[in-house]
Amino acid sequence: MHEFNEPLVTAWQLVAGADARLADIVLLSLRVSLTATLIACVAGMPIGALLAVGRFPGRRTLIVLFNGLMGLPPVVVGLLIYLLLSRAGPLGQFGLLFSPSAMVIAQAVLVTPIVAALTRQVIADEWTEYREQLRSLGASRSRAAATLLWDGRFSLLTSALAGFGRAIAEVGAVMIVGGNIDGVTRVMTTTIALETSKGDLPLALALGFILIAVVLALNAVAYALRGWAERHWG
Amino acid sequence: MITRRLFCSALAAIGVLAATASHAEERFITVASTTSTEQSGLFGHLLPIFEKTSGIKVRVVAMGTGQALDMARRGDADVVFVHDKAAEEKFIGEGFGVKRQEVMYNDFVVIGPKADPAKAAGKDILEGLRRIEAAKAPFVSRGDKSGTHAAELRYWKLAGVDLDKAKGAWYRDTGSGMGPALNTASSMNAYILADRGTWLNFKNRGDLGIIVEGDKRLFNQYGVILVNPAKHPHVKVADGQKFIDWVVSADGQKVIADYKIGGEQLFFPNAQR
Amino acid sequence: MSAAWLAVDRLSLTEGSTRIIDDVSLQLDAQRTVVLGPNGAGKSTLLRLIHGLLHPTGGSLRWPQALTQAMVFQRPVMLRTTALANVIYGLKLKGYPAAECERRARAALAHVDLEALAKRPARLLSGGEQQRVALARAWALEPELLILDEPTASLDPASSREVERIIKAIAASGARILMTTHNLGQARRIGEEIVFIDRGRIVEQTPVEQFFTQPQTEAAQRFLKEEIP
Repeated sequence: MHEFNEPLVTAWQLVAGADARLADIVLLSLRVSLTATLIACVAGMPIGALLAVGRFPGRRTLIVLFNGLMGLPPVVVGLLIYLLLSRAGPLGQFGLLFSPSAMVIAQAVLVTPIVAALTRQVIADEWTEYREQLRSLGASRSRAAATLLWDGRFSLLTSALAGFGRAIAEVGAVMIVGGNIDGVTRVMTTTIALETSKGDLPLALALGFILIAVVLALNAVAYALRGWAERHWG
Repeated sequence: MITRRLFCSALAAIGVLAATASHAEERFITVASTTSTEQSGLFGHLLPIFEKTSGIKVRVVAMGTGQALDMARRGDADVVFVHDKAAEEKFIGEGFGVKRQEVMYNDFVVIGPKADPAKAAGKDILEGLRRIEAAKAPFVSRGDKSGTHAAELRYWKLAGVDLDKAKGAWYRDTGSGMGPALNTASSMNAYILADRGTWLNFKNRGDLGIIVEGDKRLFNQYGVILVNPAKHPHVKVADGQKFIDWVVSADGQKVIADYKIGGEQLFFPNAQR
Repeated sequence: MSAAWLAVDRLSLTEGSTRIIDDVSLQLDAQRTVVLGPNGAGKSTLLRLIHGLLHPTGGSLRWPQALTQAMVFQRPVMLRTTALANVIYGLKLKGYPAAECERRARAALAHVDLEALAKRPARLLSGGEQQRVALARAWALEPELLILDEPTASLDPASSREVERIIKAIAASGARILMTTHNLGQARRIGEEIVFIDRGRIVEQTPVEQFFTQPQTEAAQRFLKEEIP
């Protein structure tokens, strides 16, 4: 158990000591991953809803595609975004590489298929229940998709959270496009990777515990919100 | 409807939190450098002093020398600060760099199990490597085209060991940075070539210690190069040059010499002015 | 209302090799028609074909004049919002301005005695109350034809009576009623005419009193005997 005691103590000291650098890193992680998740939701949820409700050629192919893209390797996404944003790449003129914006883009690309695929499942379930009623009232398919997105908002919180969990926990993409620059693009996961490579395993593990705690706390909030919503809206 | 408004404002709040980036435009340059300078803690010591005197922030992206040079070739850095003379001269020859200036050196050491089963201990790097190969003792290689990797391959060659033939289960090509490679060596109790700075700053040593050190041939020269604005017009020439001028200046060189871990000096300034 | 408002001509719906609706021809002219038949006879399917939720594999529907329709289902589908907003939703889809939606929705809720619960989350209402919201949602659209698929099947007797009262009130306001039910008493109280179907085919179409006193077919006789112990 010794291997775990030391990191726990270190983690506690970091948190209790309100370490300013740690706070910056945690805040940057949250900022990057929340933004990426937000973008992924804005893009992925309508896609998911239309895949659930819509009828158009290629729909099945798209469903398989999005389900498959859920397992997109972060390193590959990182590399693709790197090549796009690099000065020699097509979007090089914006100078976004090695900035938090680049990390947001990479994570958004990574998370959008997850949000879309999970949204599709939620909305497909709702659609079987609501379909006849909505069509009877004369709702077009896109209108029905919008209605179901709003109606399923609390279930969709779980989809968003799954996306966020993926974003904040991944290291491969942000390492490549962010460059792990101290004070600029260093987030929790890249710090953990760095401390691991310095051989400071207790500190790395301590940061890992803090990461887990942050994710758990967010999940707890979302769970409570969903519980409240279910009691309040049925 | 009230919840709808609440929900939307919560979303908006996240959006604002997300958008309020550190968008205060700051003056900075991007330096592509090696894991050894970053992970030894040298930059943590050096850069704040430069940033204070110049007002220019230095953003370091640390990777192997080969990767760092490639990154600069693509135009993603203003300055490279690396340690593989041959590769650096090739970089200049291709027109990607303006001029190479020597900054400092540190030295490589062979790390290995304190019990030294291959009896490789001593001052002679070439003899040490020959004995490791002869004993087929586990050896971890970076295998990542870094400066350290290039140096390792050079030493094997000088030692007369043909790696292509000698390679076997004992030679572990890990394709990883200095730190991860040291972690691997530590868990396997293997020999490894490392730069002294990273080793001194490395915590997870397990049963490893320094086996070979002090050979002149183990000196590891660092150079600094401004990326050529003729190839990449957006390179921050003035600020990049300021950084280079400072590290080779008397002030910069003294700061480098002052960096110590446990009383031991890690880098030896040798810029020619 | 003696002229037919709907002519069903050789309508069929086949799914795989099963004929769910099998060559049905029918003239509907009564203001209140109740479709009866054993389980699986195709009652609900016929209603959905008429409402346009399903497309026939054969035959056609002829509407002498287009009728605006609304449908109420066995299990009310409530959106996760207030009872009032559920009623407004249907109106909004028809393109009424917001103020008009609200006015009509409140009036409809008053008609079903639910104005007190207008701001309550619809999904937390009892089954009977939810069905009344669904009726209000349909009524607010002022349909010329209201289709109901076993609207009281999952309700307790008190709620059923209330729903029946509302259906009669909607009928009294001028809408045509086309419904299915398992409750023969209800069929007798509401219907003017009974359409009896079995295995996807029309067996008989008779005025309500005649159907219950002297059914014309043996199948209907058997059905009545089994349903009324």
